[in-house]
Amino acid sequence: MLSLRNIQKSFGDHQVLRGIDLEVARGEMVCLIGASGSGKSTLLRAINLLDPVDDGEIWFDGVDIAEPGLDPQPIRQRIGLVFQSYNLFPHMSAADNVMLAPRRVKGLSKAAQRDRVAELFDRFGLGHRIDHYPDQLSGGQQQRVAIIRALAMQPDILLFDEITSALDPELVAEVLDVLRQLRGEGMTMILATHEMGFARELADKVCFLESGRILEEGTPDQIFDAPREVRTRQFLSQVL
Amino acid sequence: MTMSGEPPAMPGRRAQFEAAQRRRSMWVAGVSTTLVLVAILVLVPLAPGWEAVKKSFFNGGVFTKTFPGLLNAFLLDIAIFAWCAPLIALLGLFVAICRDIQRPALYPLRLFATVYTDVFRGLPVILVIYLVGFGVPGLGLPRPWNSPYIWGSLALILVYAAYVAEVIRSGIGSIHKSQSSAALSLGLSGADTMRYVILPQALRNVLPANMNLVVALQKDVALLSFVGPVEIFRQAGVYKSLYANFTPYVGAAVIFLAITIPMTRFADHLMNKRRKQEQ
Repeated sequence: MLSLRNIQKSFGDHQVLRGIDLEVARGEMVCLIGASGSGKSTLLRAINLLDPVDDGEIWFDGVDIAEPGLDPQPIRQRIGLVFQSYNLFPHMSAADNVMLAPRRVKGLSKAAQRDRVAELFDRFGLGHRIDHYPDQLSGGQQQRVAIIRALAMQPDILLFDEITSALDPELVAEVLDVLRQLRGEGMTMILATHEMGFARELADKVCFLESGRILEEGTPDQIFDAPREVRTRQFLSQVL
Repeated sequence: MTMSGEPPAMPGRRAQFEAAQRRRSMWVAGVSTTLVLVAILVLVPLAPGWEAVKKSFFNGGVFTKTFPGLLNAFLLDIAIFAWCAPLIALLGLFVAICRDIQRPALYPLRLFATVYTDVFRGLPVILVIYLVGFGVPGLGLPRPWNSPYIWGSLALILVYAAYVAEVIRSGIGSIHKSQSSAALSLGLSGADTMRYVILPQALRNVLPANMNLVVALQKDVALLSFVGPVEIFRQAGVYKSLYANFTPYVGAAVIFLAITIPMTRFADHLMNKRRKQEQ
């Protein structure tokens, strides 16, 4: 479904991605692990076309979306991205946050969306918070609204950029539960994450990134129990 | 120190100390204010020219006779203000958006907006009022297009929209990039991102700064008197000549303050509220 070939990206003199190759099949959950600055976030932003890559190909449903000059808008509608800092729109209620993009992009009126959106909020335990504003919600609740906002566009694939890193420890579980639920429903997902236990429990594939390269990839068992690379072993011994 | 969770029945040492300090501060402030007021009331009338000033600036008879006329003239100030303010808001918003346009085809708009703000922020208001207010009617346009109301107002609109545009632009710049990232990542267009995500937040952030411009505009309406309209300042001038007395100007000042002080207070209130929200 998604196939990255030799992705390169620099910010100024700093080369952040140095040739990433990655295959993601439909319904798969792929976890990107690695130290801060290893290129995980940049890679996700590149796939969503927020930071266009310098070189390489991103094949998505038979189209190379890394093609310079391609209109990113229709692609982004099908590739959702959830941010570490939630990035909810503070001047809108939770429901309006969720309904804005379907309304403007797909032309669905608020009335037409209301039932479906209410159902999404119920499903993720936020039915009673649907008309609250972001500053009235806890971090965990805001992040769940942000996930609902991405889901409401009915994307083919969802990208998660360290979405639990800004949360207090006791709020992490409620957000991971949402991911578990999505996993159960067969959503295709790529996660940049520091939650090793979670990656181990649910990922189909784990990729260890270092200095803009995928140094090692494999099943969770391979990566966590029998890492081949010294650097992977060092990294895991620091975080586990 | 009480160990239970109950609030102590007796105020604590700190609270007692602070209450005593508050009483002391209020007493000192009261005494010093009274002293200053008494000094002014006693000393100013001792000045050699006081009798003359009192007669020509604070003449009770002239004040009561001219005040209703001044109030009436002030209605024109309010009217000019009322039709200028919304047009300023619209033009300012338009120019602010033009300054950040990225599309090459629309580059002329961007250039125009940049030159426009540079020019009109760089000129004294009174100069623009003279140039536009006398210059355009000088083209010999037919009535009503030669009216100084129109062209004087246009001068105010042009100048103030340039300031409003800069304020709004700073507001747009103050919205964190992560907001537009979030909007774009959902597939929203650049225009929709600006309209639904960036602008509403930006405008709310700069509301206090724009309120200050609103107060300034209310005062600067008086400058239009130089190109014709008999608004309050001009009317005060007429009364001054009529009664050979400056009291009408004091009356005009009182009327202006009655409007502008509450507006300024309101702007400060908004500013404080904003600051508290940001903490």
